[in-house]
Amino acid sequence: MPAVQETVERVKRIDVDQYRYGFETQIESDKAPKGLSEDTVRFISEKKNEPAWMLQWRLEAYRRWLTMTEPTWARVDYPKIDFQDLYYYAAPKPKKTVTSLDEIDPEILKTYEKLGIPLREVAMLEGVEPKPGEEDPARRKIAVDAVFDSVSVATTFKAELKKAGVIFMPISEAIREHPELVQKYLGSVVPTSDNFYATLNSAVFSDGSFVYVPPGVRCPMELSTYFRINERNTGQFERTLIIADKGSYVSYLEGCTAPQRDENQLHAAVVELVAHDDAEIKYSTVQNWYPGNSEGKGGIYNFVTKRGDCRGNNSKISWTQVETGSAITWKYPSCILRGDNSRGEFYSIAISNGFQQVDSGTKMIHLGKNTSSRIISKGIAAGKSQNTYRGLVTAHRKATGARNFTACDSLLIGDKCGAHTVPYIEAKNSSATFEHEATTSKISEDVLFYCIQRGLTQEEAVGLVVNGFVKDVLQQLPMEFAVEAQKLISISLEGSVG
Amino acid sequence: MALLEVKDLKVRVEEREILHGLTLTVNEGEIHAIMGPNGSGKSTLSHVIAGKPGYEVTDGQILFKGEDLLEMSPDERAAKGVFLAFQYPVEIPGVATMTFLRTALNAQRKARGESEYSTPDFLKKVREVSKSLNIPQDMLKRGVNVGFSGGEKKRNEVLQMALFEPSLCILDEMDSGLDIDALRIAADGVNALHSPKRAMVVITHYQRLLNYIVPDFVHVMSKGRVVKSGGKELALELEESGYAQFEDAA
Repeated sequence: MPAVQETVERVKRIDVDQYRYGFETQIESDKAPKGLSEDTVRFISEKKNEPAWMLQWRLEAYRRWLTMTEPTWARVDYPKIDFQDLYYYAAPKPKKTVTSLDEIDPEILKTYEKLGIPLREVAMLEGVEPKPGEEDPARRKIAVDAVFDSVSVATTFKAELKKAGVIFMPISEAIREHPELVQKYLGSVVPTSDNFYATLNSAVFSDGSFVYVPPGVRCPMELSTYFRINERNTGQFERTLIIADKGSYVSYLEGCTAPQRDENQLHAAVVELVAHDDAEIKYSTVQNWYPGNSEGKGGIYNFVTKRGDCRGNNSKISWTQVETGSAITWKYPSCILRGDNSRGEFYSIAISNGFQQVDSGTKMIHLGKNTSSRIISKGIAAGKSQNTYRGLVTAHRKATGARNFTACDSLLIGDKCGAHTVPYIEAKNSSATFEHEATTSKISEDVLFYCIQRGLTQEEAVGLVVNGFVKDVLQQLPMEFAVEAQKLISISLEGSVG
Repeated sequence: MALLEVKDLKVRVEEREILHGLTLTVNEGEIHAIMGPNGSGKSTLSHVIAGKPGYEVTDGQILFKGEDLLEMSPDERAAKGVFLAFQYPVEIPGVATMTFLRTALNAQRKARGESEYSTPDFLKKVREVSKSLNIPQDMLKRGVNVGFSGGEKKRNEVLQMALFEPSLCILDEMDSGLDIDALRIAADGVNALHSPKRAMVVITHYQRLLNYIVPDFVHVMSKGRVVKSGGKELALELEESGYAQFEDAA
């Protein structure tokens, strides 16, 4: 049987149910009543002990949301979501204030252990600093904020970060402890009226991470947040806000998993980044939400608004994403290049298998002079999935000297999947230079046979070829994430070939 | 026991029979040349031995070191020591040649239950081998065959042959796309790898390659069968009289 034919056969038998993170944690939780109303919004705000201005902000968003309709332009197909049939808030019980890891439900700690995320600051006990020269670069310290359903359960390395002046905490805490920063920046990149899902998020977001890096500070470690949806019928609406003040630098990682469930779960996050003069933010995501089973049942609906504002001159924002999960992905991490000489980057690997539908890409909005942007997108479609790159590159009238380079490559595995590229390009001044390259290829039988003749199994061969295809993007990830991502890519394509 | 025994092999591709009962025996240390016109089934034979998908064996058998080769997957055959040097080696963008070599070598070793090479040991070995074949280190850093000249691609095949140490090497039209200098370099590489334990099956249209790789036996194929076998002088005879006489015979 020709290899491609075999691939198709295997894809038919594909077992997406092998999802490694599909376990469920048995804990009691505290939930808001089902459905969405002003009362739900008030309930969440009260649970979070929020000041009046925050409740007001949420209510305005909620009222706005009532007037909006769901967008339908994306190339994704799903039954209408009943927004009254969802829980908008779920917190693990007991809900007393947690001050140390020992007070966290051991079941939750176990969950993160299973996910391979260390919440215990083992290496960081006072005085147990590694000897000079002994530190293994692959095991650098990473500060973690763990978000379980609607609340942040633990943030590590807070004290050490504080020493450097970096604020890294759940956004619910930041609202209480740093209201001046939150009020100044929240909604300043993604306004409450931005789009249906972002507006919904503004009304009901429950937690997420907040980062502020003061002027001139290079954040001493990678910051990361791991999101886990556990509760049934619960939407996760996290909100992340990262501010890099003048001349600062921060690298932030985001990881996501969820249990296997027959019904679809909604995830509608908002991420806002602000980079001031000479500041740089590097934001990396490894998204591995449950993709649904072999019949396309269940899986996460991932409707996310991510946007970075290069507000200052010479600022830089870089998005890197490895998307392997979710039943439906609707996500366009974007950069507003407002400051002169600012730079935006988007590196993406989007893999779809089974019945997954991905509509993802970026927007690069050039407003300042001599701004530049770079887009490298690698889409891989297997099974019966549909994978769309949708991107916008635009230069404002005053954005003289704007430059963009875009390369979109798609790789097809089997003949029941689809890859689509939808680029929008607008130049409103004649000095802008935009380049766009796109390719679509099929993983060739001859290449696979060549590898197999040299001793690789069919799966190893596909893994090797795919990893070669995405290499440019993998190189952008922080090292420890790159290794994880490489494994994840192989796992996601497991069973997609014979 | 013969290294390779092909017995009365019948092969179809999409309902059309290409090999109509082919028999060939190759012993350790021997060099066999298989010659014949286009469409005589030479490449089909090499593909079926290596296990390329798309061919249906309807009758006959292939034994390798006494074991039924047709029962093995292509990667198992590679691990057992079957190596096919391709007529047109493929390009694999983004995968460094070095990475490819290590992945393949370790996959074969693992399949044989041998320990995998550590990175320093592997580097040492690959440097040794590439030096003996005059292959520049720079070539190993590039993507597999990406932007390689015809000659470089063939040398990369010879490098892999040297590294994997197979007991049977099948060279499929190694001379295609090579000028005379590149051909000599590639052939020198092959000759350096010839040993009493290793057999070579050289598939070619032209006698020219056999000036550099001197066969012990020459087989002429026509219309899916071996129609004549002989010593190396048979190749010279063919050069003079052409394949036409055999086409009639078949």
